[in-house]
Amino acid sequence: MVLPEWLAEPGLNHFLVVSAILFSLGLLAVISRRNIIMVLMGIELILNSANLNFVAFSRYGLLSIDGHMIALFVIIIAAAEAAVALAIVLNIYNRFGSVDVEQISELKD
Amino acid sequence: MALETLIQLSLATLFLPLAGFLLLIFFGKRLQRQGDWLGTAFVSVAFAISLVILFAKLAVPETVSAGFTWATFGGIPGIGEVNVELGILIDNLSAIMLVVVMLISMLVHFFSMGYLEGDVRYSRYFAYLGLFTFSMIGIVITHNLLMMYIFWELVGLSSYLLIGHWYEKKSASNAAMKAFIVNRIGDAGMFIGIMIIFVHFSTFSFDAIFGAISAGNLPFESQAWLTAAGILIFCGAIGKSAQFPLHVWLPDAMEGPTPVSALIHAATMVAAGVFMVARLFPIFTADALLVIAYIGAVTALLAATIAITQYDIKKVLAWSTISQLGYMIMALGVGAYAAGFMHLVTHAAFKAGLFLGSGAVIYAMHAALHKQHDHDTDAQDIRNMGGLKSRLPVTYWTFLIFTLAISGIPLTSGFLSKDEILAGTLAFSTLSGHWLLPLIAFTVAGMTAFYMFRLFILTFHGEHDRPERLPLINEVPGVMSIPLIVLATLSIFVFYSFNPFGASSGWLFQALERPLSVVPEAVAPATWPVLYEAISRVHTLVMILSIVIAVAGLAFAWLVYHKKAFSADKMAAAMGPLYRGSSNKWYFDEMYEAVFVNGTLALTRISNWFDARIIDGIVNGAGSVTQGVSRISGWIDNTFIDGLVNYLANITGTIGMRLRKIQTGNIQTYLVFAVFGFLIITIVLLTF
Repeated sequence: MVLPEWLAEPGLNHFLVVSAILFSLGLLAVISRRNIIMVLMGIELILNSANLNFVAFSRYGLLSIDGHMIALFVIIIAAAEAAVALAIVLNIYNRFGSVDVEQISELKD
Repeated sequence: MALETLIQLSLATLFLPLAGFLLLIFFGKRLQRQGDWLGTAFVSVAFAISLVILFAKLAVPETVSAGFTWATFGGIPGIGEVNVELGILIDNLSAIMLVVVMLISMLVHFFSMGYLEGDVRYSRYFAYLGLFTFSMIGIVITHNLLMMYIFWELVGLSSYLLIGHWYEKKSASNAAMKAFIVNRIGDAGMFIGIMIIFVHFSTFSFDAIFGAISAGNLPFESQAWLTAAGILIFCGAIGKSAQFPLHVWLPDAMEGPTPVSALIHAATMVAAGVFMVARLFPIFTADALLVIAYIGAVTALLAATIAITQYDIKKVLAWSTISQLGYMIMALGVGAYAAGFMHLVTHAAFKAGLFLGSGAVIYAMHAALHKQHDHDTDAQDIRNMGGLKSRLPVTYWTFLIFTLAISGIPLTSGFLSKDEILAGTLAFSTLSGHWLLPLIAFTVAGMTAFYMFRLFILTFHGEHDRPERLPLINEVPGVMSIPLIVLATLSIFVFYSFNPFGASSGWLFQALERPLSVVPEAVAPATWPVLYEAISRVHTLVMILSIVIAVAGLAFAWLVYHKKAFSADKMAAAMGPLYRGSSNKWYFDEMYEAVFVNGTLALTRISNWFDARIIDGIVNGAGSVTQGVSRISGWIDNTFIDGLVNYLANITGTIGMRLRKIQTGNIQTYLVFAVFGFLIITIVLLTF
């Protein structure tokens, strides 16, 4: 099977598209999932889409090595964030007895 | 005796009665006999001293004067320093007056010991007598207007206190107030007069004022102001000496104890006005003196017409006092200075005697009525008397002498002085053409003789009203009759002049040399030599006329009331309105009541109405207007201002209510908004 031309040679656009899809999926998870764990996972997806962008720009664009460095930082920060966020989730669960974001709406009042 | 000693002696006479007053008012009740002997002793000593002063003063021609600066008012713009001096002036006038006051005061002290025995406020009475004597001497011996005015008011106060001695009686307390208030009216005029003098000359001292005026320095450079000042100062005398039109208080003042009437309201205090006119004689202009003379004449006539119809023994004497005071004032007004003042002296003796005599009669009547248990009969009404001659011999004979004296029968003191007054008025009329003055003077002389003998005959002669009462009437005790005898003796001519038909050669007349007028020659009264020359021309005629008139009045009274040749009632009926007017005192009291008392009351009612309606109305109106305005402004505030604010608040509220639905509290919803918002912004930015 012969691939069309815009698929034959992977370029910057391909990465960006993948990254955009990944971002959208992450966003969708953050917005629509009711389980807070899933929301956190959505955030991870968004962070990873950003990483993909940084790396892609580093490879094809002008960021050179900086893109890699930033991606590495993001991964580290994502790990830290996951630790903190999971601690928060644990507290939320202790407080509300649930991990459903619909029910954690005290800010309204 | 050094002349300075006279000053010290006169100070002693001034302060002895004051000491008596202070001791009695504070310790009177604790002293033996409530201290009457103390007051009497002090006054007696003062009388002895005053006699020494008189003899010492008459021996020398100079006047003695001493003063000290009491207060200094410095740095008054345009005037500089003003010294207010207090001091004493002893000349013949004050030395004679001093003896008169002290003599009558002493005799009244003695008489009161009998008359007021057992009175509820016995010691207080003697204290007030002392206060009065002190104040009166203050007027007499002062050398300045300020002190004279102060003591003038003090005399008014003690008169008030003594008239109201029996203040439980409504009529007595009313009479006291009336006397005080009427006197205040005169004193207000006097005060203004004194101020006119003081404002211009910056001094109260007589000598300084006389000196300045005689140097041609007139108040406000105007003779009219000088005349006005004289007349205004004379207003004080109108009040104090009960001259028309302020004479109404004196008859009412008879509500006081009778010895007080003798001392204050007959002999001394009412003579203070005469004394004051004599003292200030040099500053009166001819016009002022003419006013004074006419006031005196009107008073003399008016009071004599009223005295004729009165039945209260003290009221008759009161009106006769007013009439005689009118004589004195008239005499001073026409320039017969010595005659006027001499009449003051002689009148003091016989009028004090008449009052004390009437006091003796009332005392005896009271005692008799008391024994009869009769409390309704008026002990002062001469219709209830009659035939007292046999029961009260001492009172009768002394009263006869006093009556002869006041009627101006020869060989009495009254004849001497009255004759000189009549001569003075007639001489004045020949000089100036005011013939009304001698006409009134002679008429009053006849009337005086008539009404005094009417009183005398109705009291002592004829039948007693109730024959069974007569034996109960007894002669008064010695402490009361001795003063009568003393005063009766002093009503004989020989004490005043050795010539029974001519006062002018007597020591008293000689001592009372008329002071030179200090006013500018153009407005000065006729000088004494001129007047004296005129008097000499008419003197014999006047003497004959006055004897004829007095005897005619006396004889007429004798015919009417003793022989009953004419019926007094029929004559009264024939007189009709004249009689009614006279017996009602020409309705002066009613007139004053209607005009001044009711006028004042009406004024207060008008003021009250004005206050309640107009002033309160304005205030209430202003309140109502404010209320109305505030109601409108409140309505505007509630409707528009608050409405706007509420409207805005409601809008905000409504918008908020709408918008709060967006705030779900669900973080995912916010995120959706954020994402879509971001997308929209991005699209917009990219598109345009």
